[in-house]
Amino acid sequence: MKNIVLATAISALMAAPAMAESVKIGFMTTLSGGAGVIGKQQQNAVNLAMEHKANTLGGFDAEVIFVDDQRKPDVAKQLANRLIKSDRVDVIAGVIWSNLLMAVHKQVTRSDTLLISANAGPSPLAGERCHPNFVSMSWQNDQTPEGMGKYMQEAGVKSVYTLSPNYQAGKDMITGLKRYYKGDIVEEVYTKLGQTDFQAELSALRAAKPEATFIFQPGGMGINFIKQWKQAGMDDVSDLYTVFSVDAISLPVLKDAAIGTLSTQTWSPDLDNAMNARFVADYKAKFGGYPSYYAAQAYDSIMAIDHALAKGGSTDAATMAGVLAKGGIPTTRGMLRMNSNHFPIQTMYLREAVKDADGVATTRIVSTVFENHADAYAQDCTF
Amino acid sequence: MLFLIAAGLTLVLGIMDFVFLAHGSQVMIGAYAATALTAWTGNFYLGVALAIPLTFVFGLLLETLIIRHLYHRDHMEQVLASFGLILFFNELVRIGFGPAALFSNLPPMLSGAVTIFPDAPYPVFRLVVIGVGLLAAVMIWLLVTRTRLGALVRAGASNRTMAAALGVNIALLQRFVFAIGACLAGIAGMMLGPITTVESGMGEPLLILSLVVIIIGGVGSVQGAFIAAIMVGLVDTTGRVLLPHLLRSVMDQATADGAGPALASMLVYIFMSVVLVVRPRGLFPPKG
Repeated sequence: MKNIVLATAISALMAAPAMAESVKIGFMTTLSGGAGVIGKQQQNAVNLAMEHKANTLGGFDAEVIFVDDQRKPDVAKQLANRLIKSDRVDVIAGVIWSNLLMAVHKQVTRSDTLLISANAGPSPLAGERCHPNFVSMSWQNDQTPEGMGKYMQEAGVKSVYTLSPNYQAGKDMITGLKRYYKGDIVEEVYTKLGQTDFQAELSALRAAKPEATFIFQPGGMGINFIKQWKQAGMDDVSDLYTVFSVDAISLPVLKDAAIGTLSTQTWSPDLDNAMNARFVADYKAKFGGYPSYYAAQAYDSIMAIDHALAKGGSTDAATMAGVLAKGGIPTTRGMLRMNSNHFPIQTMYLREAVKDADGVATTRIVSTVFENHADAYAQDCTF
Repeated sequence: MLFLIAAGLTLVLGIMDFVFLAHGSQVMIGAYAATALTAWTGNFYLGVALAIPLTFVFGLLLETLIIRHLYHRDHMEQVLASFGLILFFNELVRIGFGPAALFSNLPPMLSGAVTIFPDAPYPVFRLVVIGVGLLAAVMIWLLVTRTRLGALVRAGASNRTMAAALGVNIALLQRFVFAIGACLAGIAGMMLGPITTVESGMGEPLLILSLVVIIIGGVGSVQGAFIAAIMVGLVDTTGRVLLPHLLRSVMDQATADGAGPALASMLVYIFMSVVLVVRPRGLFPPKG
C-alpha cells in the first residue's frame, strides 16, 4: 500500500514538470527603418494574441522572443542562427520579406525547427523547394495579384503598366497578375527595393498613358509612391490598382489621398467572424488605429501554434506541422484550409479604401473575387 | 538636392582637407529637425525656418566638440571617427524618435502640380527644391568669390600656414565652413523629408551618391559639384527609364527585366569610372 502511494507520488512528481512544459517562439520581423511600422504592428498583434491566450499556447507555457531583421538578409540569417542555437526556440515565426524568408528558410527547417511565415510567400517555397517543417499562415505571393488580375480582366481594363520592387516577391506579384489578366501589359517596371523617389518612373508612366497602373509597393514604398502619385496629379492619367500597398500601414499617413483606391486581400478589418471582431476591437482599443493584414497574419500565426500544440501535444516540428497541414485552423480569416504544400487555400476579397464612422481611413470589402483559392505551385511540391 | 549635400561635402573635404563621412547624418538631422518643428509649430514654413539655424548651430557644436581635434590626425583616423559619428547619430535618432519612419505632409499650397509643358504637369514642391538648390548655389558662389570671408576661406584652403601667419583666425574660419556644410546638408534633408520618409540612416545612400558627385566634379570645387550633381542625376534617371528598353531590344524580356534595373543602379558608378579614366582629378579640379 505504502509503495503504491509512493509510486503515485513519484509519478505525480515526474508528471508535474511535464505539465508545465513550455514552448519558445522566435518572432522575426522588421522593427527599424522605413518598414519598422509593419514590424511594430506584427509585434503588437503577437502581444495581443499572447494576452488573449494568457501566455499559454495549447497548454504549454509560451515565451516569445522578438528579433529585428532590419530588412537585411544577412542580419536575418545571423538572427535565425542565434534563435536556433543559443535561444533554442521551437518555432520561428514572422518574416515579412520574401528575400529574407528565402535566406533563413534552409537553416531553420533543417534544424528541425518549425518555420511559420506570417507574411512572405515566395513561389519556390510553395513549389519545388517546399519543406515539411515550413507552414505559411499568410498566402503564396501570386495569390493576391491573381485576384487583382481576375478583377481587372472582368472589369475590361485594356492596358496596364506595372511597378514592383526588384526582388522575389515583386516578380511573383507580376507573374500572379499575368496568370489571370490577359490584356495588354504596356511595361513591367522593376524598382529598387526600398526606393523612396519615384519621379523618373512616374514621368515614364505619364508618357506611356496606360489605362490602368498596377502597383505592389509594400510599407513605406507605397506611402511614398502614392504621395508622389498625388503630387504629380497622376489620377488624371491612369487608374491605380494596388496589392499590399494601401493598408492600415499607409492609410494613416495617406488619409484622403488614398480613398477609393482598390486592392485585393485575403483579410480585411470588417471581415465578419467572432475571432476577427475581437482581434480588431481589442487591437484598436489597445494600440489606437486599425490593424493591418500583417498584424492579422501575425495574430493568426500565434493562433496556429496554439492549435498545433493543443492537437499534437508536442513541440516537435514535424508533429506541429502535421497538425497544421490538416487545416481547420481557427484564424481571423475563419477556419483556414491548407493545401498539400502547407500554404492556405483561402477566399480573396476586393477591398476599397474608405472612411469609417469616425472619419478614420480604413478598408472595406466590396466583393469576393475568389472562393477557396489555391496557389499555382502546389503540384510541384513533394515532401 | 544632390547638389546641396555635395556642395557641403566638397567644402569640408576639399577646402578643409578633412575626410568626413557623417554628412548623411547631417542630412538626417536636418530632416528630423524640420519634421519635428513642423509638427510642433503646426506650420511647415516656420518649421523649416527654425530648423535651418538649428542645423547651423549643430554644425558649430559638432566641430567644436569633436571635429577640430581631428584636423591634425591622418585621414584613416578621420574616416573612423566620422564613421563612428554615423552610428552614434543613427542610434541617437532611434532612441529619440523611435525606429519607425516619420512622414511629413506638405502644406496644400506646395502639394499640387503645375503644368509647365503641355501634358506634363510637374509637382510644385519639386520646383521649390530646384529653386532652393539654385539659390544655395548662387549664395555659395557669392560668398566664396565676392566677400571678404570667401577670400579668407580660399586663402585658408590654398595655404593654411601662410594665412594664419597673416593674422587670419583659421580655427574660427574652419568652424564656420564646417557649419555651412552642415547647414547645406540639413537643408537637403528638409527638402527630402516631404518627398520621402524621415528615418534613421536615411542619409547613407545619399552620402555615397554625393561622394560620387564630388569626385566627378573635382574635390573642393563647388561649381564642379553643381555640374556633376546635374550630370549624375541625369545619368541615374535616364538609365533607370531607358536602360531596360535598350536591353530588351538586344535580349529577351525576362533577362532584360532582370539585368536592366541592376545595370541602371550601377550606371552612376560606371560613369564615375569613365570620368576618372579621362580626367583623374575630376571634371573641374580647383586651381592650385
